[in-house]
Amino acid sequence: MTEPTLYELSSQGRPGFRFPQPDVPLTPLPEGFLRKDLNFPEVAEVDVIRHFTRLSRLNYSIDQGIYPLGSCTMKYNPRINEAAARLPGFAHLHPLQPVETVQGALELMYELQSWLAEIAGFAAVSLQPAAGAHGELTGILIMRAYHQSRGDSARTRVLIPDSAHGTNPATSAMSGFQVVNVPTDAAGNIDLAVLRTLCDATTAGIMITNPNTLGLFDQNLLDAIALVHQAGGLVYGDGANLNALLGVARPGDLGIDVMHFNLHKTFSTPHGGGGPGSGPVGVAKHLVDFLPGPIVEIVEEGDEDMPPLFGLVQPKKSIGRVKTFFGHFGMFVRAYTYISMHGPEGLRAVAENAVLNANYLLARLRSAYKVPYDRTCMHEFVLEGRWEDAPEVIALDISKRLMDYGVHPPTNYFPLIVHDALMIEPTETESLQSLDAFADVLLKVADEAHQSPQLLKDAPHNTPIRRVDEVKAARDLVLCCWVPEAESN
Amino acid sequence: MNTPSDRKYTQSDEWVKLEGDIATVGVSDYAQDALSDVVFFEAVVSVGDTVQAKTQIATLESVKAAADVNAPLSGEVIEINEDLASSPELVNSDPYGKAWMLKLKVSNPAEYDALMDAAAYEAYCAGRSH
Amino acid sequence: MFVPHSDLDREVMLKAIGAKRLEDLFTDVPKHLRFPKLDLPPAQTEMEVLATLNEMAMSNLSVRDAICFLGGGAYHHYIPAAVDAIIQRGEFLTAYTPYQPEVSQGTLQAIFEYQSMIAALTGMDVSNASHYDGATAAAEAVVMAYHNFRGKRCTAVVSQALHPQYRQVIRTYTQGYPGFNVIGDENTAGDPLAEPESLLPLITSDTAIVMVQYPDYFGRIYDYTKIGEAAHAAGALFCVAVNPIALGLLKPPSDFGADIVVGEGQPLGIPLSFGGPYLGILATRKEYVRKLAGRLVGETIDSEGKRAYVLTLTAREQHIRREKATSNICTNQGLVALASTVYMSLLGRQGLRQVAELCYHKAHHAADRIAQIPGFSVCSGAPFFHEFIVCCPKPVEEINDYLLNYNILGGYDLGQDYPGLENHMLVAVTELISAEDIDAFCEALEEAVND
Repeated sequence: MTEPTLYELSSQGRPGFRFPQPDVPLTPLPEGFLRKDLNFPEVAEVDVIRHFTRLSRLNYSIDQGIYPLGSCTMKYNPRINEAAARLPGFAHLHPLQPVETVQGALELMYELQSWLAEIAGFAAVSLQPAAGAHGELTGILIMRAYHQSRGDSARTRVLIPDSAHGTNPATSAMSGFQVVNVPTDAAGNIDLAVLRTLCDATTAGIMITNPNTLGLFDQNLLDAIALVHQAGGLVYGDGANLNALLGVARPGDLGIDVMHFNLHKTFSTPHGGGGPGSGPVGVAKHLVDFLPGPIVEIVEEGDEDMPPLFGLVQPKKSIGRVKTFFGHFGMFVRAYTYISMHGPEGLRAVAENAVLNANYLLARLRSAYKVPYDRTCMHEFVLEGRWEDAPEVIALDISKRLMDYGVHPPTNYFPLIVHDALMIEPTETESLQSLDAFADVLLKVADEAHQSPQLLKDAPHNTPIRRVDEVKAARDLVLCCWVPEAESN
Repeated sequence: MNTPSDRKYTQSDEWVKLEGDIATVGVSDYAQDALSDVVFFEAVVSVGDTVQAKTQIATLESVKAAADVNAPLSGEVIEINEDLASSPELVNSDPYGKAWMLKLKVSNPAEYDALMDAAAYEAYCAGRSH
Repeated sequence: MFVPHSDLDREVMLKAIGAKRLEDLFTDVPKHLRFPKLDLPPAQTEMEVLATLNEMAMSNLSVRDAICFLGGGAYHHYIPAAVDAIIQRGEFLTAYTPYQPEVSQGTLQAIFEYQSMIAALTGMDVSNASHYDGATAAAEAVVMAYHNFRGKRCTAVVSQALHPQYRQVIRTYTQGYPGFNVIGDENTAGDPLAEPESLLPLITSDTAIVMVQYPDYFGRIYDYTKIGEAAHAAGALFCVAVNPIALGLLKPPSDFGADIVVGEGQPLGIPLSFGGPYLGILATRKEYVRKLAGRLVGETIDSEGKRAYVLTLTAREQHIRREKATSNICTNQGLVALASTVYMSLLGRQGLRQVAELCYHKAHHAADRIAQIPGFSVCSGAPFFHEFIVCCPKPVEEINDYLLNYNILGGYDLGQDYPGLENHMLVAVTELISAEDIDAFCEALEEAVND
């Protein structure tokens, strides 16, 4: 059954939500500015609830089962996070209220800033960026501002390993830098020999994802960082894979100068079908003044009788604002809750068990799938989704077939340096039973790929819809429930 | 793979057919096959622009990839195929005919000699993994 | 703690891996930096954490316990109960970006419906799946215009009555574009409340985009037809930043010839939440659809011919284009966009008109009342929607301090952003403000001056 759109459910004149009648004298409306019509659906509340409930049942979610998307860290989202963010004293604060009336909110932000700084080994953190990619943009603009503040305008190039997420090159280009690719060596590390030839006085910095997108801790990391630093460049850390490092190693200690966090990955704030995320940025001491503002500081020290007064402060050489107000506060409450519940040992246990789960799955799957860079992995690993003796099948077919067994597929076609990549990140919140069930399905699908490949080519069979025609979607663009007027004429 | 011998080819998979000092440009059968279903074509230069060889003249997109089309030769843009914007699928169905992209009045015909002929291009493609 | 393993489970797993201890899995991490001791508070249980958080939350003054006249880009509106009921469903809350359409039709269709309603509201042909917030949507519109002209036009003309934070974010975003200038808001004329026509002389052949706000930052409603015409005559794009609630009452910016509409979607059923997460509205005419940043959902069919939805035009985006992509965005505000979709569908055309009219009438009543208080005047000088400027006889900060005694959150102090507007308060009135609230506000204002 196809779910009708809201517009198809609409019936002219059907009453919707009602507001009270005005309790003030009416003022004439501004003639000449009034809207004549508005093409909105007219549906009753019960229609709305049923429509969205039915739609929700067409989705797969963490609440239903394992969601092993590599680099996405789809861990369980604790419900206490939701309750905390909905406390009226958090959910219903206006961002422009006098600071005296929001001390609790500022205290929470202050502590979260310090905790994130402590977890990752940085001098300061700005919570403002809205998502991972937004944090990247912030970080690279900080890099740019740092070089410019030193009159070093020759640094025009950013080095990016070929295993990087696409956001890294896009971010660098948006910030006015030229992108230079750094290859991966046979062991899955940054190719140091090539890196050495690329580092010079034009190097603004390098963007490193560690563990990298192969799920490996880069064995050349310290040498690579030293090379870039010696050339006068800065090191950006993509924090997408921080889940593997909690309590294991601090990026700041490793020599990373600036990094974004993904609160929606590492710190369990929900992905919500594609957002909202939250991408705070941490920096080493020499970059503190460039952070986007405002950030929360103690503006008046407290004493025995008086708590400290928290205030909003603009860093001295700030790159400026990257969004309105202070960032995704609702996500801060959730991440704060999560960190509070874990403490230092609990966070280390998160990383350890995430890595344990990944290595266990890898051990169970190695017999049936090729592992292009096969060594102890961190929180995720990459398999090849193709076989020489099953030439018709590609990674996409495997993914689609997994859906028939009720599990979500891994990340496909990424990283680009592996053919038909299947990138698998189980996270620490999957139990042994869940991992075994997932491994069993993957082994079964590998078997099917050899015995009856057509089953995979035609998959999925049991999902609400079958494979979609993406070419039609792109060629005959239909982007809203009706055809725009100009075309219907 | 189809590779007509009445034109020459570049390493970035454009073809160019030279008639007098007028060059017609498109992308090869190999390129359209690698891109899969093309859903979008846009020239990034306009009639009257002067372009240098190996600089971008157009963009192609499929659902899974995007590719730049580069000028095989230097010259002035004298015509752009207006049909391609509305029917980008022509790049897949008729890469050497209806999917010509633009015409250039070439400024340095010697550049043409340096390009690959059909046989050389076929060998070049055979040497690449898909 | 949410790790479900027993010690026995871990033993089984380590054995399968061929490792003795968990620590053995981390030998690639440089030894001297491995397992640092983190200086964080010890772990607490759910009960304990909630108690701590409750205490922190209680120390804030919630707008629910106050009378709130603050606006300035974030507004306290009523949110129907059904909105939260839907967004708390785990199938929406805990799903990822809908990359696998076969198991994400719920998210995809909801976004498609969001796009439809935003397009209808703004009068544009196409809306993206949403952006981070109003300011970043405005910045993306500028970046979009820059790329639309392939970098050949290097000026954005922005109204000084465009939200100050939007203008700051536009400047941050364009730092990396050499030679790019943002002009029009420098207060050179010395009149922060100048009419929009003062932008006209600034629009030239170097202008990539002209941006105004509707209603503007001060709540005023202007007809921008002339600005739109001037922008188009110069070959530039014309962008209007909107308040979506106002568009329930006011004609859409497409009537002024807007090419791009941006805005803050927070008023559409999103809690204030101390500034975020909010909702960036970004919509455009169909000729610019490929220049539009962010996710787009399109309608298509599946292999059996059934209607289906899928992320489309993805070849514009960073994961394919990499350094050639014009934006690095790879999310939208998913759940927040869903909340606004539920809100818009609950209200419908009539409900949105009703809430907009309530805001309008209450704001005008408040303005009339305040204008009668000795020492205060209302100085908007144009029709306004639900926000207006009050000229005060003493510093706004002092007045607001006094108002807090009555749990009244007074309006925003414009002097913080506009030299020349010291003692000017920006007052916002929504449907949640009652006639009695307005009475209380006026009495307190009067007292504050005599205090």
